[in-house]
Amino acid sequence: MKRFSAGRRRFLTAGAAGAAGLTLAGCDVFDPLLRPNHPVRNAMSSANELTYSAQRALIGREALAKEFSESEIRQGMRPNGSTDPNNVEYMFLRQADFVLYRLQVDGLVDTPTSYSLEQLRNMPARTQITRHDCVEGWSCIAKWTGVPLAAILDEVGVQSNARYCVFHCYDIYSGGLSGGVPYYESIDMLDARHPQTILAYGMNDAALPVANGAPLRVRVERQLGYKMAKYIQRIKLVESFAQIHGGKGGYWEDHGYDWYAGI
Amino acid sequence: MSVAAGEPDDVQTHKAKGPVIKRQSIWTRLTHWVWVVCLFFLLLTGLQIFNAHPSLYIGQQSGFEFDNSVLSIGAIRNEDGSVSGITRIFGQQFDTTGVLGWSGPEGQERPRAFPAWTTIPSYQDLATGRVVHFFFGWILVGTMFVWFLASLINGHLRRDIVPTGRDLKSLPKDVADHARLRFTHTRHYNVLQKISYGVVLLVLFPLIVLTGLSMSPGMNTAWPWLIEVFGGRQTARTIHFGVMVLLVGFFVIHIAMVLLAGPLNTMRSMITGKYRIDAETGDRS
Repeated sequence: MKRFSAGRRRFLTAGAAGAAGLTLAGCDVFDPLLRPNHPVRNAMSSANELTYSAQRALIGREALAKEFSESEIRQGMRPNGSTDPNNVEYMFLRQADFVLYRLQVDGLVDTPTSYSLEQLRNMPARTQITRHDCVEGWSCIAKWTGVPLAAILDEVGVQSNARYCVFHCYDIYSGGLSGGVPYYESIDMLDARHPQTILAYGMNDAALPVANGAPLRVRVERQLGYKMAKYIQRIKLVESFAQIHGGKGGYWEDHGYDWYAGI
Repeated sequence: MSVAAGEPDDVQTHKAKGPVIKRQSIWTRLTHWVWVVCLFFLLLTGLQIFNAHPSLYIGQQSGFEFDNSVLSIGAIRNEDGSVSGITRIFGQQFDTTGVLGWSGPEGQERPRAFPAWTTIPSYQDLATGRVVHFFFGWILVGTMFVWFLASLINGHLRRDIVPTGRDLKSLPKDVADHARLRFTHTRHYNVLQKISYGVVLLVLFPLIVLTGLSMSPGMNTAWPWLIEVFGGRQTARTIHFGVMVLLVGFFVIHIAMVLLAGPLNTMRSMITGKYRIDAETGDRS
């Protein structure tokens, strides 16, 4: 009995010393395990698939994000990410007030189509006052006007094997040695056909400003801000995004962020 | 002579050494240590996430053109060119250089709300902080359900957590005993233990999970009432942070109590379940 408790005491002392060492060494001891593509990090990021399934089960297909009243718009919409793309093609279009802009919709569709801003503005519109939640933690309420993405998808005819809508954008992020990397994002067909998922060309009763994604950005109200691609150039329907850029389904996803951003 | 000298000693020893009893069930011990790991990672990744936007607000949105901030941590450049870390709480401003707002090794200080030694990863990386936070968040929630169910069935909840009328009557005495650092080792938890564990497990844990879920735009659509209970997304974020501070406070007191009440006995009871109680506590439990 005595030997037993002495051994136990040693065990406890060692445990306490280990815990103290961990604290003193600081939290950088975990850094190597959490680098991109480390198996530990990859295992932990699979929790995102659990979150995705759980939220898909809990949220009704058509359940709407809360819409606010005019009086709750208390400030301008805070821009984030790219706010002034310096892509030559974009700057040329912007110079002419986007008159020459064409939205390309293609991929797994029956009729690949391109839309001018004028055509989009003449389609039935939806206006919604919603809260934009940034992954960083802040929120901002603004009014958005645009064409429901579902209407566009119905016009072009989505093929049955299409699983994702990929938004290719004009804004280019510096990509180190490989040069610039264009922004892109993707959502599943359920979010693509959600009534509040709109291609917005208007914000707070005016044309969408450049800082907020002119001429066209998508609103995906049940997810965080980085899913809501700005400066959209092309929408491509695909079965898988594994072959697109980094293969994770979006610019930020390729840089470690979760693909499903409902949390 | 020698007998007379020995007697008080014998009494002392007898008083300290009562029987060893089985105190903690496997469910209590297992969930306890899983939570230790979870809360460690949740705290340090939570501070990482906070660092991405180190301001807390009241209401639905963050005031960029109006002021609804209750806490913010940042850095300012002084007239002499040096930089200070500044923490603002309810309009009061504090210089927190070296810890909050502006910290790092000498000569390599950087603007960051919480310093590198309090975040996982140690460098600024919101994406990874979120991945680790949600992984342990799921485990915390799962373990909470396991604990609640097990404690309901094995009687831990009724016996050890919910205070009885008799417990409440002994509250003033128990407070006085704790204040004098006079600890008794009884079969069951004393009333201050019951209340503090009850508050942590039945109030703070659910509150920090629910305020966390209130920050999810997906959950806001699934359960629209939840965010309204907390008064908006930014208020929920502020409460989430406040509950974290309370849990850290609980941790500090909890560790102090473990050390003061005899760390070997208390640690043993949380690892093997066995706990040595005081000798004459038969009717005190």
